[in-house]
Amino acid sequence: MASRRSSEPRRADPGRPDDHIDAEPVERGDAVLPKLGPAGFARFVWRQLTSMRTALVLLLLLALASVPGSLVPQRSSDPNGVLQFQARDPEGYAILDALGLFSTFSSPWFSAIYLLLFVSLIGCIIPRTKHHLDALRARPPKTPARLSRLVGFTTAHTAADPETAVAAARRVLKSQGYRVERYGDSISAERGYLRETGNLIFHTALVGVLAAVGIGGAFGFTGQRLLVEGEPFTNVKADYDSFTGGPWVDPTDPQLDPYSLRLDSFDDEYAFDPNTGVWHPLDYVAHMSVRERGGQWQDASIQVNSPLEIAGTQVYLLGNGYAPILTVRNADGDEVFHQAVPFLVLDGNMMSAGVVKVPDGLGAQVGMDGLFYPDAFTRGDSDLIQSFSPRVTDNALLTLRVYRGDLGLTDGSGGNVYTLDTTDMEELAGNNDPVVLRPGETVDLPDGLGTIEFEGIARFVGLDIHHDPTQGWVLGFALAAVFGLLTSLFIPRRRMWIKAVADDGTTRLEYAGLARGEDHALPDAVAEVARAHAEMLPETAT
Amino acid sequence: MTATLAAWSLVGVYSAAAVYLIAFVMFAVDLAKRSDEAPVEVASAAATRHGGSVLVEAPAAPPAVESGSRSARVALALTAVGLAVHTAAIVLRGVAAERVPWANMFEFALTGTGIIVAVFVFANLWKDLRFLGAYVTGLVVLLLTAATVNFYVDVVPLPPPLQSAWLVIHVLVAIIGTGFFALGAGLSIVQLIQSRREAGKITRAGFLRTVPSSTVLERLAYRVNVIGFVLWTFTLICGSIWAERAWGRYWGWDTKEVWTFVIWVVFAGYIHARATRGWRGSRSAILAIIGFAAVLFNFTIVNLFFKGLHAYSGL
Repeated sequence: MASRRSSEPRRADPGRPDDHIDAEPVERGDAVLPKLGPAGFARFVWRQLTSMRTALVLLLLLALASVPGSLVPQRSSDPNGVLQFQARDPEGYAILDALGLFSTFSSPWFSAIYLLLFVSLIGCIIPRTKHHLDALRARPPKTPARLSRLVGFTTAHTAADPETAVAAARRVLKSQGYRVERYGDSISAERGYLRETGNLIFHTALVGVLAAVGIGGAFGFTGQRLLVEGEPFTNVKADYDSFTGGPWVDPTDPQLDPYSLRLDSFDDEYAFDPNTGVWHPLDYVAHMSVRERGGQWQDASIQVNSPLEIAGTQVYLLGNGYAPILTVRNADGDEVFHQAVPFLVLDGNMMSAGVVKVPDGLGAQVGMDGLFYPDAFTRGDSDLIQSFSPRVTDNALLTLRVYRGDLGLTDGSGGNVYTLDTTDMEELAGNNDPVVLRPGETVDLPDGLGTIEFEGIARFVGLDIHHDPTQGWVLGFALAAVFGLLTSLFIPRRRMWIKAVADDGTTRLEYAGLARGEDHALPDAVAEVARAHAEMLPETAT
Repeated sequence: MTATLAAWSLVGVYSAAAVYLIAFVMFAVDLAKRSDEAPVEVASAAATRHGGSVLVEAPAAPPAVESGSRSARVALALTAVGLAVHTAAIVLRGVAAERVPWANMFEFALTGTGIIVAVFVFANLWKDLRFLGAYVTGLVVLLLTAATVNFYVDVVPLPPPLQSAWLVIHVLVAIIGTGFFALGAGLSIVQLIQSRREAGKITRAGFLRTVPSSTVLERLAYRVNVIGFVLWTFTLICGSIWAERAWGRYWGWDTKEVWTFVIWVVFAGYIHARATRGWRGSRSAILAIIGFAAVLFNFTIVNLFFKGLHAYSGL
């Protein structure tokens, strides 16, 4: 590694990759590689992997590889979008799916890029940390023989003798935060070690973020539960509507803390905009009761932007709606179904769709699907019903289509409580003659099946429950990265020299600096040191 | 009352755009004049001034055309006037809405363009960047007018997900970061053109002789972009904290998150490129420009056409 200009104090920095702009340039032979043994080859590969150029290319690849994740719906963030894509274009779906584009960020190629990047990063951090630890203990380097080729070279003459000048130089540089060392009649000084410290903290913190995210994903879980007013929920896996645990969470027994939740009431607030006829939501509050294991029920509330923290989990309010309370009786008057049925919201005015499944008690299996309008109205003489507002008024209305036949419960196709598969069913009441109900009413079901009563309306909330054991760590590492970034970008690392040379009865002073990394203010800094030095010495002129 | 204030705000928006437009013309006139009057390669005058001292990498001060032409001075003054009117429009909008004026796409554009101009005007106190005036005012007139014509929405109450202190912090930091990236991209563009001229590939565009050398431009661009990068890092972290509060996860590869990440990585690449042998110079400048293009893409195309949770354009 012979340097072409070894006589000069280059900005050489052995801790850096060869192609770093501040590193000693490596004399490269011809492009033909010398014969390498396995160890030599490994060293060659390692050096390539940890070079700046590789890191840069991997960074750019990472950016490029992320883009498809925004163009194609992702299973993680938009599962319905993936299903819609599949329905719309099955062939394209097969191709994109084979490429892993629906799970871009967990695909092998994306993982390969960021893992290589982090290996490269670690390969950079370790030698640089070692080098920096040495540098922290080292004394500032010897004063170069010729300062004139360095940044901001300035000279001055003083009447003071060299000894006084050097003593003053030491004080000036020390007071400006430099680490100083005397070599002969000169002071060598260095400052800004925090720049490299910050750089290492930043990069190490990024590794920390990645590790914490990985561990959090492995041990964390996320679950959804739709909770109707009054209904209790206990934090055990069986009580979730859907539950996704990380790979290290036991899928059969995820070891949850069995606290309980109950929705007592739900408040919403809207403002009507007379110009546009739109109701704007202002506030949602779920008033809950919470009981930790072995404790008493306590009041709590959940709002958007204000989740409930309990037993290492966060409970988020992500949705709400109406659940008509319905009772179905057979022709003999026996109750065969009684439930508050959650209807999922379709539009901003809370028109909602839901399904009722009555497997037993009516002779054959009966299914109903329909729409709930909290504030129903029809425009002009149109038959089309809409909801005028999201609030329940006297105009609240429920319309149901009724089917008889096979609900598909035995073969599993009817498992989803929000959809009704009517392929094996006979329509008894369709869009033209639906069963229409207002709250409090009881009407006959078609074909003498019995009756259905619309007792009232309950509220429900959609809750997301998360457990992420490392999210605090992720935040901590992220903040450490910011600290490292700020210091590594804005603290200048520089060397400074002041030399005193006896010169015909007076003393000639020389000042110069050397930047290590980006340092725009170095010439000014040298000038400032010279000025401060001159102030301490009598009869000094530049 | 709300509607009246919002209407006055809109008057302010159009007035500011008109003033910026005049400033743009004046800046363009200035560039044209520089082309005519630029001296033929005056050797850097700065080096000889400090008798005795030799400046290594002397900051090649632009051979000043008597500290800028009259039109440049007028143009900068007009830009400042436009900014004052613009600021008034932003404040009125905020007062009308009784919240921070950056909760939908029109308001992002309104405040964002204001910040771009503010960064430019204040950067001129630091360095003479009037040669970028045409770029900045042109960009701002275009964005501000297009956003007002296409994206204007009346004041509506904040939906519950946006009711958070993080709206103030996260979005503001993102907008300020954008302001710095805009200026940085401008410097990088001029740097690219300048380095082509220095390589002898451009013989026309004489105004370039009055503009700092490509090395100086690159250094300026770096300093501006680095501030943008720090702000963008804050944007990412604040956004994650807010996402955890509002959506129940700090990171979910939502389309907007993807693009915020892409932009962050591109600028991280830019900073690395500046430290990689063979990449300093034009290559890193191209990365900075790509980064700012991604910021604009994120603000326009992603907001309008990509499906995601950040669906607050209000359209």
